[in-house]
Amino acid sequence: MSADATAVPAQQSPPTAPEAVRIEGLHKSFGRLEVLRGIDLTLAQHEVVCLIGASGSGKSTLLRCINLLEPIDRGRIVVEGEEISARGVDINRIRRHIGIVFQAFNLFPHMSVMGNVTLGPIQVLKRPRATAEADAIALLERFGLADKRNEYPDRLSGGQQQRVAILRALAMEPDLLLLDEITSALDPELIAEVLNLVRELAAGGMTMLIATHEMGFAREIADRVCFLDGGLVLEQGPPGEIFSAPREPRTQQFLQRIVEAGRL
Amino acid sequence: MGAGSRASRILTGGSRRPGAPAVALASTVVFFGVLGLVVVSSPGWPRVRDAFLDAEVFAAALPDVLRAFAVNVRLFLIAELLVLVLGLLLAIMRNLPGPVFFPLRLFAVVYSDVFRGLPGIAVIYVLGFGVPGLRLPGVPRDPFFWALVALTLLYTAYVAEVYRAGIESVHPSQEAAARSLGLTRIQALRFVIVPQAIRRVIPPLLNDFIGLQKDSALVSVVGVVEAFRQTQIRAAATFEYTVFLALALVFLLVTIPLARLTDWLVARDRRRQLAGGVR
Ligand SMILES: Nc1ncnc2c1ncn2[C@@H]1O[C@H](COP(=O)(O)OP(=O)(O)O)[C@@H](O)[C@H]1O
Ligand SMILES: [Mg+2]
Repeated sequence: MSADATAVPAQQSPPTAPEAVRIEGLHKSFGRLEVLRGIDLTLAQHEVVCLIGASGSGKSTLLRCINLLEPIDRGRIVVEGEEISARGVDINRIRRHIGIVFQAFNLFPHMSVMGNVTLGPIQVLKRPRATAEADAIALLERFGLADKRNEYPDRLSGGQQQRVAILRALAMEPDLLLLDEITSALDPELIAEVLNLVRELAAGGMTMLIATHEMGFAREIADRVCFLDGGLVLEQGPPGEIFSAPREPRTQQFLQRIVEAGRL
Repeated sequence: MGAGSRASRILTGGSRRPGAPAVALASTVVFFGVLGLVVVSSPGWPRVRDAFLDAEVFAAALPDVLRAFAVNVRLFLIAELLVLVLGLLLAIMRNLPGPVFFPLRLFAVVYSDVFRGLPGIAVIYVLGFGVPGLRLPGVPRDPFFWALVALTLLYTAYVAEVYRAGIESVHPSQEAAARSLGLTRIQALRFVIVPQAIRRVIPPLLNDFIGLQKDSALVSVVGVVEAFRQTQIRAAATFEYTVFLALALVFLLVTIPLARLTDWLVARDRRRQLAGGVR
């Protein structure tokens, strides 16, 4: 099986675009549980990569490692040419350039939409409040949430909350956006509005690494799909290839289960 | 809806049978009627009644006790303000990250353990008599001052624990969300975690304030003439213990509203949580 894992074709990422993220030999354990066992993954700028894999395969852990929310055990993470996993790197500075959106939204419940979206720009980027608010209003208008700017999160639908969470990350003007199963906590009728927002971001050229169970969406939006299994990127390729003709038996099994669950 | 349904739950104990309120009232009359009979028919009752239940003495004492109670009010209001700030500082100290802050964290832990473990009256004694007794130049000798310091030190320990529980009750995902924006640990505490923690700890905090307000009577032991001391002086001079009833009433006048407010806030929070769903 490990022989298969190393046989991943190398020509998958478009060779022309400069690289946004390079992950080499990333290892991560929780106690004795080895979750990531040597992840190699590269994203080109403006590329959209979807991470698929069973629950517990380490998708969230990988995204959290890239955002330095989890310390890594071994390996290297290079973002925009800088090794962010190196010792002595200022993690607060790194995180400004990497946005992450969580499955459970994690909005700040004691702050209005405006407060949520401007906290980072004001406190971290040190923008004047007026500038930050003007930028936030422009952002909210662009994505149809301007009328909600004074609402508190508990007054919003799940779909609206998740869209605000995405805008909160976008307000930092990140080079890279990590999305962790952002529709898994939503009622089915609210999923589309969130996915539409992500489509717009993809069309605008945002570099994104997206952990998702929405296979239809992954197929449509991804430049490349990576299947995570046994702590490794077991197979990766263009969505057409992965979904129609997966080579690895494990990938085939996983997709079979998804089909049986009626999600592809 | 909330207040009405809570009051009716107390009345009927959750029963919805139509006769429930009537049963509750009848049972109340019987219960207190029997209790009253037992007390009134007891052999010592006439003496107790004369000493404790004299309306005239009560009316005469009330203004005096109230005036002395102003000292308690001043004492617990100042102490509450100080405790609110110092308790929060201590709780934050305990949450500071990294090895550099170990001494502060250690201090916070030891402080809480020591002052929660000491009998309050002992601390008031030691500070109220001991420190002025040193006769250090420039150190206040006013017993009120040292009583205030003692109550503040004691209750800071309790309130710091309340704040700490509040800080720990904020889900780690909130810190992750804040840190992922590039906020430092201290910024995350300041803008995201502590504001949410404070909202949650208001009810238990008010509970501690009820304790503090009652304990303001303890400072009488170092010679502060507050309501309790004033009552004792009157009772000793006249052998009229009705004054203590006036004292009890005065304390209840401030502690019961606070207890009701605390209950109401707890009930409101519970309603909000039920309505708000996942955070
Ligand atoms: N903080 C943690 N402590 C211990 N175990 C964890 C922690 N986070 C995740 N895990 C474990 O790591 C494995 C991978 O989890 P996760 O990355 O959340 O998977 P996925 O997102 O693909 O469902 C799971 O077995 C999970 O229980
Ligand atoms: Mg996950």
